Amino acid sequence: MTLLSLNNMKTDIGQYAVLHGVTLDVPEGGVFVLLGRNGAGKTTTLRSIMGLWSPTPGSVTFRGADITGLHTADIARKGIAYVPENMGIFGGLTVEENLILATDKGRFDQPRLKRIYALFPALEQFWTKQAWSLSGGQKQMLAVARAIIEPRALILIDEPTKGLAPSIVAAMAEAFREISQSATILLVEQNFHFAKSIGRDMAVIDDGLVAHAGTMADFAADTELQERLLSLSA
Amino acid sequence: MENLSQILGRLGGVYLLPVGLALGAFVLIGAPASWATLTIAGLSMGMMVFLMASGLSLIFGLMDVLNFGHSAFISFGAFVAATVLSALSGWVGADSVFLNSMALVFALLAAISFGLAAGWFFESVIIRPVYHDHLRQILITMGALIVSEQIILALWGGTPITVLRPHFLEGAIILGNVSVEIYRLFAFALGLVAFIGLYLVLNRSRIGLLVRAGVENREMVEALGFRIDRLFIGVFMVGSALAAVGGAMWAGYETLITPALGGEMMIVVFIVVIIGGLGSIEGTLLGAIMVGLTANYVGFLAPKLALASNMILMTIILLWRPNGLRPAVK
Repeated sequence: MTLLSLNNMKTDIGQYAVLHGVTLDVPEGGVFVLLGRNGAGKTTTLRSIMGLWSPTPGSVTFRGADITGLHTADIARKGIAYVPENMGIFGGLTVEENLILATDKGRFDQPRLKRIYALFPALEQFWTKQAWSLSGGQKQMLAVARAIIEPRALILIDEPTKGLAPSIVAAMAEAFREISQSATILLVEQNFHFAKSIGRDMAVIDDGLVAHAGTMADFAADTELQERLLSLSA
Repeated sequence: MENLSQILGRLGGVYLLPVGLALGAFVLIGAPASWATLTIAGLSMGMMVFLMASGLSLIFGLMDVLNFGHSAFISFGAFVAATVLSALSGWVGADSVFLNSMALVFALLAAISFGLAAGWFFESVIIRPVYHDHLRQILITMGALIVSEQIILALWGGTPITVLRPHFLEGAIILGNVSVEIYRLFAFALGLVAFIGLYLVLNRSRIGLLVRAGVENREMVEALGFRIDRLFIGVFMVGSALAAVGGAMWAGYETLITPALGGEMMIVVFIVVIIGGLGSIEGTLLGAIMVGLTANYVGFLAPKLALASNMILMTIILLWRPNGLRPAVK
């Protein structure tokens, strides 16, 4: 069943046309990975879905409802969480405050919070610390935790492994596998090995268009396609 | 071994600056009574400037809006309060503390109401079309300031207006050799109450959490499901009302006001916001107290330097901390 549909989505940033007509269906459940070279339009795709940049023309459909042109806040309230490339944490707020801000009613659902502690134990340890004092990996954990502090149907995550130590990347992969049991993750990722390890479905964006879409297993087996679309060597 | 800055940081960091300034002035002034009088005058001036500046700091920090028209709220607050006090002159001059207080309450409420309404109008009509465009913000808010000053001229005329002070705030308390004006104590107390209120709202409420988060990253606040544009209006209205109250208090302090009052105070207000660090209430309070104390101490010790004292203070602090003493985390 399709959760999110992008139909001929075109986005301009200033005078530059970045997306030239992205059409994509993201099925419900699992991790859907958007791959592509630098500047291909992956981040723009996520930001356009969130309404941070307006796609004109084109449409975005979520759970069968057209969300094109809605305010970012209204899109978020429909059940879409966003973890930007820069993580978007509030450095002057504590870990607790960062998380409580993302709750619907200003209080934690305790079982859910315990699940987050289990996924990211460092957050419990640094609960009262201001977020700017966390390490890069801990900030990323906080950004992801904030996206799942309430039940969300779709979580958009932009390059979560960028600059992280291998051990943190492995922990992040484990966390994403668990999160994807109850929510769909649309992941933008440059690290193909990481993407391959957790992705079920995938698409490659090239020059503002979807150049390929399919299952991750098929794409991982096709080295010639990887070389052509991502310039990856076998 | 710990170095000096770590030890000072643990003791209070930049919050020790006013204490250090006061101690330095104590040594230079020599006379404890004069020093105490100047310190109290500096603190009360600082609190009134804090009232005027706190809104600007929040508006700048949260909305990234350079509002040069902020001084219009200061001027209007002063004139509206002066008009109400004049209309209630019977209560103002009565021997009853209750009637005096009621006149003051009505004057402040009028200033606050005007600030809220004018803030809503200003944000909706003047600021909203120029978000994200600093050059146009400067031009349009400067234009709005000129129009506001002309409205004040048209309504109240160009001749200075005498502001009546409620009878119970007249006079001074004598403590040994120190004479403390009651009005200054009241101004200090009102500023302190405003600071505590703002601090509690910003640090103990969900709205405050949103404002602090919005100062850092507006886009992310929206991505969490909050309409920050609605928050903008609220912050702008409160900021304008605070400026109007600051103007009203300043009018009572000066007792003679002209339409240029806001423009004259605006330089000090901008210095406070820059010294304190944008978007931070604690930083604004710190900056305001530093400015108030410096103006009074320098005015006593080196009167010829009085006009330049705040500029010199700003230069020194910015050379040391280019982002101000305690900016909001960005």
